[in-house]
Amino acid sequence: MQRRNFVNFILGGGLVGWLGTILYPVISYLNPPKITEANVSMVKAGPAADHPNNSGRIIKFGRKPVLLLKTENGEFRAFNATCTHLDCIVQYRKDTKQIWCACHNGIYDLQGRTVSGPPPRPLEEYLVNIVNDEIIISENRGDS
Amino acid sequence: MNKRKQYIFLITLTISLNSNLAIFAEDKISMEKEDHCISCHIEDEVLPENFKDYDIHNQSGLGCSGCHGGDAAKEDMDEAMSEKSGFIGIPNKHQIPGICGKCHSDIEFMRQYQPRIATDQVEQYYTSFHGKKLLEGDKKVADCTNCHTSHAIISAKDPRSTVYALNVPQTCTQCHGDADYMKSYNIPTNQYTEYVKSIHGISLLEEQDTGSPACNDCHGNHGATPPGIISISHVCGLCHANNMQYFSTSVMGKVFEEQELHACEECHGYHQIEKTTYEMIGVGENSVCIDCHSEGDTGYLVADSISRLIMTAVTLHDSALIRQTEVIRKGMDDVEIGFLLGDAKQNLIQARTIVHTFDPDKVGEKTEASSSNSKAAISLADKEVEDYYVRRRGFGIATIFITIVVVALFVKIRDLEKKRLAEQSAQQQS
Amino acid sequence: MIINTTSKKLFTWLDNRFNLSPLLEFMRNKQVPVHRHSVWYYMGGVTLFLFCVQVFSGILLLFYYKPGIDSSFESIRFIMTKVQFGWLIRSIHSWSANFMVFFIFIHMFSTFFTRAYKKPRELTWISGFILLSLALGFGFSGYLLPWNELAFFATKVGTDIVGAIPLIGDAIKIVLRGGEEVTGGTLLRFYAFHVALLPALFTVFLGLHLLFIQRQGMHEPEFIEQLPKDKKKVIPFFPDFFLRDAFLWLIVLNILLFLAVFFPWEIGNKADAFAPAPEGIKPEWYFMFMFQTLKLLPGQILFIEGEIVGILFFTFAAIIWLLVPFWEIRKKPGKKIQPMTVLGIISVLFILIMTIIGYIA
Repeated sequence: MQRRNFVNFILGGGLVGWLGTILYPVISYLNPPKITEANVSMVKAGPAADHPNNSGRIIKFGRKPVLLLKTENGEFRAFNATCTHLDCIVQYRKDTKQIWCACHNGIYDLQGRTVSGPPPRPLEEYLVNIVNDEIIISENRGDS
Repeated sequence: MNKRKQYIFLITLTISLNSNLAIFAEDKISMEKEDHCISCHIEDEVLPENFKDYDIHNQSGLGCSGCHGGDAAKEDMDEAMSEKSGFIGIPNKHQIPGICGKCHSDIEFMRQYQPRIATDQVEQYYTSFHGKKLLEGDKKVADCTNCHTSHAIISAKDPRSTVYALNVPQTCTQCHGDADYMKSYNIPTNQYTEYVKSIHGISLLEEQDTGSPACNDCHGNHGATPPGIISISHVCGLCHANNMQYFSTSVMGKVFEEQELHACEECHGYHQIEKTTYEMIGVGENSVCIDCHSEGDTGYLVADSISRLIMTAVTLHDSALIRQTEVIRKGMDDVEIGFLLGDAKQNLIQARTIVHTFDPDKVGEKTEASSSNSKAAISLADKEVEDYYVRRRGFGIATIFITIVVVALFVKIRDLEKKRLAEQSAQQQS
Repeated sequence: MIINTTSKKLFTWLDNRFNLSPLLEFMRNKQVPVHRHSVWYYMGGVTLFLFCVQVFSGILLLFYYKPGIDSSFESIRFIMTKVQFGWLIRSIHSWSANFMVFFIFIHMFSTFFTRAYKKPRELTWISGFILLSLALGFGFSGYLLPWNELAFFATKVGTDIVGAIPLIGDAIKIVLRGGEEVTGGTLLRFYAFHVALLPALFTVFLGLHLLFIQRQGMHEPEFIEQLPKDKKKVIPFFPDFFLRDAFLWLIVLNILLFLAVFFPWEIGNKADAFAPAPEGIKPEWYFMFMFQTLKLLPGQILFIEGEIVGILFFTFAAIIWLLVPFWEIRKKPGKKIQPMTVLGIISVLFILIMTIIGYIA
């Protein structure tokens, strides 16, 4: 009898422990991770007020760097910041008001088109929307 | 109509039908409706050996007589190719720039065909070494047809052109690579062989990146002259703008100017410019700094400290890369690590450019940024690898519980069996 | 103690409303024969357990998987790297799928060799064969869902073979693919098969299969059947057999966990419809024997294309196998090795050898 109770006790205890090792992962799994979606099709870039006119900043869009710039006239534009020549990261230049790649002096205009230098293709453009003063950058699916 | 008028009409008609609108005076250009030069030469199969259909003059209707003179309207060979009709045959070398320039230096004429085309080629040519020598009577230097060909001329943007970016090195080396041909000029003939080994050469010829410079990008097209002492850094600076700017405002920039040193070329070479390596900076045996500096002088110390700063950042970046590979191999998440490594690399690239300020403080700012990126990447990688082992430990714990239950089950099953056996034998006995 | 009284109270409450006592009596009296082949009785249970693991892990995966050519691969990568324990759930699902098919084969052949398909259990066999087909369908449809290179080309090749069936093949292929080629449409379709259609069908047939077994009890091999009742050794299903079942299931679970941790399922490279097929495309191991057979057949056999002969052969074989209970060659008394056993051994060897060749070649 003693033994039987002992075995039952171990069995019961073991089962509870086993249930724990099952439930703990399952509950953690159901708890959503911080990035809630697999594919990034949209990224928030902070309040619009944070960006002065005639400035540019690099933002992370999933795995890609994106150049978010605000023209002199206050218009927001966003481009894939990878230079189409040899993949350096481009930057916005306040003085010339153009997009510039420091590696080999490639210059793009504010539509992302190559003006001079080696870049063979224009920069891919992203859509910028302002919702409740928040900047939202999304991929340009060409539906618009 | 009366008969007289009929005759006048017929004669006028005949004359106008037969007269050629083309005029072969030397200062006017012929655009033939029926070019007997070319039709005869095609029929008799005596076209020049470099003749190509796509030749732009041929396509635009500038017939043979446009350059060679003669009367394209005449079917008879003797009449067509007579001195009287202005036929000059194969021009002498010194005549060629003039013949080409007849049109190509006349903007009023050329803009009918290309509004924005340049018309200073001949003028530039006579400022070049080739042009000057030609005026002296040298028959070996390049004239227009040596680079552009005579009968296969096409826009430099067309890949079939001898002066298309990818073809330029080959065109120049036809003469400049021939040691025998160049003997009398006393200049090296190894430019092409050096260039193909250089990063510009590899980039242009192997990777077909037309953003990379060919001979004419540094030496010029028609005014071809090697860049002079001051202008070397300007030429390089056309693409490598930051490097030029940093260098020219640095201590070294001024010193180089004073000592009439060749700026970029001193350390990087000119034709065989190779991919920069970290060995170039510092005081190691392969460094360029010790070409001038020796132990103890300021330059030596600066070179050493810059080199140390860079190498620290590089070593950190390399170990971060190794950690990333390990994370990937273990099947863990490396996206954020990749971002940080990208930032580290950017900072390193910028540090390498800022080396041209020869200011350790400025270099240090970038290497510091790069190092902190790499360190962040490494600690993330460590976390991922740790997670990997945590999983194994978690598995161990789960296994322990499962084993406990399994063993307890096993014991319970055995006990039950014994109980049944005991019951059965008890039943049998009763 | 407390658990005991509470469960007794609960049972009485339910019993008063649903009259559960006959059911309880039935369960209490359920018995399982014990003999030298009774170890095979566990195979069905393990398969059932693995199916439950699949449903459970599959439902969990549904929380994060997003079907679509732009999101399938990425969501799997997301599950493997960002979701907590996502790697575990996904790897368990992939490993358990393979284990389940493996155990279905074991279960099927063990019932075959013990002739459990004989009257009165013909429908159990038929529902079982249908379950096997559905399980292979699960495997085939689920394999595409990660939308990686391997999956894409395996699906392409697999549906191409289906398309080679004479007359109806092309139509079936188009319905399967949702078009002429393997596209995002195929992916969505396979997703629908995998998470809705097949589970529904499987549940129905599984329910029938289990119902038949409960109604008829376990099959006893002939040499046991012939024994007088008191000579037959039995153990009660509850708790004895069930505890043994649980014992086995826990070990299988532990093996699955081990594989998920030490041999995680790879994510692979995203499928690219325009890339050439990578070298050495192979189907999953449970299709390998058919694939290898088709590969070995000559281009032409008489006047028919070799591949079609192969497909017809397998279709024919499947129908024969399905209808085994109705045409089986009766046991010949006196013969040491029975014709059906020979047939079974040939089938097993054929499958084994073809599978092995498929991997060595």
